[in-house]
Amino acid sequence: MLEVQGIHAAYGRVRTLFGVSMTAKPGEITCLLGRNGAGKTTTLRAITGLLPVSEGTITLDGDDLTRLPAHRIAQKRVGYIPQGRRLFAELTVAENIEVGLMACGEGRETRDWVLSIFPRLRERLSQRAETLSGGEQQMLATARALCLRPRVLLLDEPTEGLQPSMIEEIRQVVLRMKAEGLIVVLVEQRMDAILSMADRAVFLDHGQSREAFIGNALRADPSILTRHLGV
Amino acid sequence: MEFGPHLMLATLEGAVTAAILALTAMGLSVVFGVMRVVNVAHGEFYMLGAVIAWFVASTLGAHPAVGFVAALVIAPLLVGSLAALADVLILQRISYDPERTIVATIGLLYIIQQTTLMTFGPDARPVEAPFNSRIALPWFEFGDGGFALYWPWGLSITSYKLFVIAAAVVILAALWLLMTRTKAGLVMRATQQDSAMAQAFGIPVARVYALVFGLGAALAAMGAVLIVPIQQAHYLMGGDPLLLSFIVVIIGGLGSLPGTVIAAVLIGMSDGIISVFFSPTLAKILATLAVAMVLVFRPQGLMGKSAA
Ligand SMILES: Nc1ncnc2c1ncn2[C@@H]1O[C@H](COP(=O)(O)OP(=O)(O)OP(=O)(O)O)[C@@H](O)[C@H]1O
Ligand SMILES: [Mg+2]
Repeated sequence: MLEVQGIHAAYGRVRTLFGVSMTAKPGEITCLLGRNGAGKTTTLRAITGLLPVSEGTITLDGDDLTRLPAHRIAQKRVGYIPQGRRLFAELTVAENIEVGLMACGEGRETRDWVLSIFPRLRERLSQRAETLSGGEQQMLATARALCLRPRVLLLDEPTEGLQPSMIEEIRQVVLRMKAEGLIVVLVEQRMDAILSMADRAVFLDHGQSREAFIGNALRADPSILTRHLGV
Repeated sequence: MEFGPHLMLATLEGAVTAAILALTAMGLSVVFGVMRVVNVAHGEFYMLGAVIAWFVASTLGAHPAVGFVAALVIAPLLVGSLAALADVLILQRISYDPERTIVATIGLLYIIQQTTLMTFGPDARPVEAPFNSRIALPWFEFGDGGFALYWPWGLSITSYKLFVIAAAVVILAALWLLMTRTKAGLVMRATQQDSAMAQAFGIPVARVYALVFGLGAALAAMGAVLIVPIQQAHYLMGGDPLLLSFIVVIIGGLGSLPGTVIAAVLIGMSDGIISVFFSPTLAKILATLAVAMVLVFRPQGLMGKSAA
């Protein structure tokens, strides 16, 4: 279980999070919701250790991650699929995957597993990441995170700017990881995706977590979403 | 001497300059490429390499070849460790902030230079070459008897200078293999691309930075150990290599390793040739002019990518 309790964080002097709490469980998809600038990306960056947390705690199965440097958190098998993909642009597809594999000492078997999930990447192994199409880049960003054999998968708007068939492909992968018992934290803006996938939802507003719902409550009353997101 | 043989001699001298410059500039380029750090103290790491080479060779006092080989191993290791330490103790503390990094490395420059003056002294000191036989080189002519080879008087090079060129080629090839074919190289390249994401994927970026800074300094030190049997070790010898390295790195394209080699060959060769036919000062003037032209007409350098 991933537990975030009352974290505060800042970009330099710009304070951004003022008490965010959330709980994400294995085999569930926890959606992080909020308007633009609410602090969703910032919360994920705090979990990965890329942004230092000044108050509050982050624990994974009781293991305290709060003050660990980012590379040590990755080694605890926390896979991150950042907003905008952030691939190693000038490295090849194969090299991007290799970096993912090195993080937790994974080898050939994991590589084959990941490439079996995204067969299109196998055809493009020697291509530079920056030359991939947007959809392929998202696949590679996802593949790179899966190379950690993650216990936790953090996805930040993975379907931003993708066509419907690609969105569906990513959705299937996320559902598959949920079925495999991963802790999935998903930042998502699209209502239909939230309603069909979320087992829990946490609403952020101005750097604070406001309310949390379980998925069924959202589905029973989708107007909650409209109210909180103002869409 | 006639023009042809004279030009060949100048070219060979230029190749020696280019070889050393390629190593030194490569150190600067790797550090800038991976860490985005402009290391103003780079020339002092070069100087330290030469001074340590003298110290090792003169302390061992054995056959010059023994001292030289020992220096070639010890100087880069010591200089690299010192640089890595400076990275951890200074640059890391100021978070690699660009302006503060420049000021800090200027400070480092003076600390290293003055400490060397206080310990090693103001005199230039020679290191004996491990071998130094003179090799006469042939030239050709088309005379009445057709094509003929002959050995013009004065057209020769020392075996040691040929060795310097070969050693630089070997070291650069090894560096290229390290960067492109090994896990360590992949880690450095990933860090170069996106240090935050590298960290999010398990790469201890702080340690990578210390190693890269050490590697950059070690490359300069290797260049210095190679040059010190030709030019003596002196506490002020770091200035020219720093200037020329900056020129090379800017012309080649900041952070581009192939660009750095190409530019080092261009600048080194023309420096050698112009120095032989005209004067070393003219060579520096032209090199600086070349930088100005590159900055005006192709700011990203020969092999650099334009900042879109
Ligand atoms: N590097 C940064 N430096 C300073 N402030 C930042 C930085 N990144 C984000 N912020 C600020 O932090 C706040 C939260 O940003 P964040 O990126 O977490 O929002 P978000 O919920 O992910 O929004 P979006 O839906 O647009 O992706 C915003 O006000 C933003 O301006
Ligand atoms: Mg965001």
